[in-house]
Amino acid sequence: MNNNAIMSKQTRRRDRLVQTRRTVIQGALAGGLAGFAGLVPLTRARAAADANKWPKDAFAQKNEADAIKALYGKTPEISDKVSLDAPEIAENGAVVPISVNTTLPGVTSIAIIVSENPFPLAASYPIPAGTAPMVANRLKMAKTSKVTALVESGGKIFSASKEVKVTVGGCGG
Amino acid sequence: MASTIRMRAVASGDTTEVQALVQHPMDSGFVKDAKGDLIPPHYIEVLEFQHAGKTVFTAFWGPAVAKDPYVKFSFKGAQKGDDLTISWVDNKGQSDSLVGKIM
Repeated sequence: MNNNAIMSKQTRRRDRLVQTRRTVIQGALAGGLAGFAGLVPLTRARAAADANKWPKDAFAQKNEADAIKALYGKTPEISDKVSLDAPEIAENGAVVPISVNTTLPGVTSIAIIVSENPFPLAASYPIPAGTAPMVANRLKMAKTSKVTALVESGGKIFSASKEVKVTVGGCGG
Repeated sequence: MASTIRMRAVASGDTTEVQALVQHPMDSGFVKDAKGDLIPPHYIEVLEFQHAGKTVFTAFWGPAVAKDPYVKFSFKGAQKGDDLTISWVDNKGQSDSLVGKIM
């Protein structure tokens, strides 16, 4: 900007001021943002979430087939390489510990469906490279239901299911 | 203000196992209060974990995740002493975050 020797003294002075102002503003912004340290990752979280957006549609589906279709657009095939760990009997339907593990390669996503819930899709986990294809969580189950783990591997969907009996429903009785 | 997030991340070789527990009602919208009115849905939608500027895990949750949600996962590439940032956003736009250390 200040390279052109033909530039007038006034122009060069103005450019210097603009540069200084820019540096000050950038510094202030950086300082201000750093003050919101807690929120900075959240901003990135939102940006990342855009690339991997909260699957609103899939969570709103009222039956299992529609939820899977909305989430993956493909039909899963049963695979013994997907391990679904869920209790045979869930004493408390409000807190059912469920975990999914798999030996399938190139896993990009894991999701869990509770067929008899009002909204069958319970949770979905995009798996980035470097992250193990495993997740443990706790879900609510409205009543005795089939629980299905879905694993996206190499662009295809694989599943494993288990029937979980619920003695006290997870929707508050 | 105390964080709603509690985390325990342990590195063993190249693998770090993370457990997180978040204080949140995770109201499904199907439960009635003492007066008989429905308690509106209020649940975490996105929970995200970042290490060295990269997202290492994301949870997309719906109302069927249990109250005070727990999650465990594992990833590679971190070591003891590294920071792990956790943040969540719920359906009402509320949020919280925490930076914890990998042990």
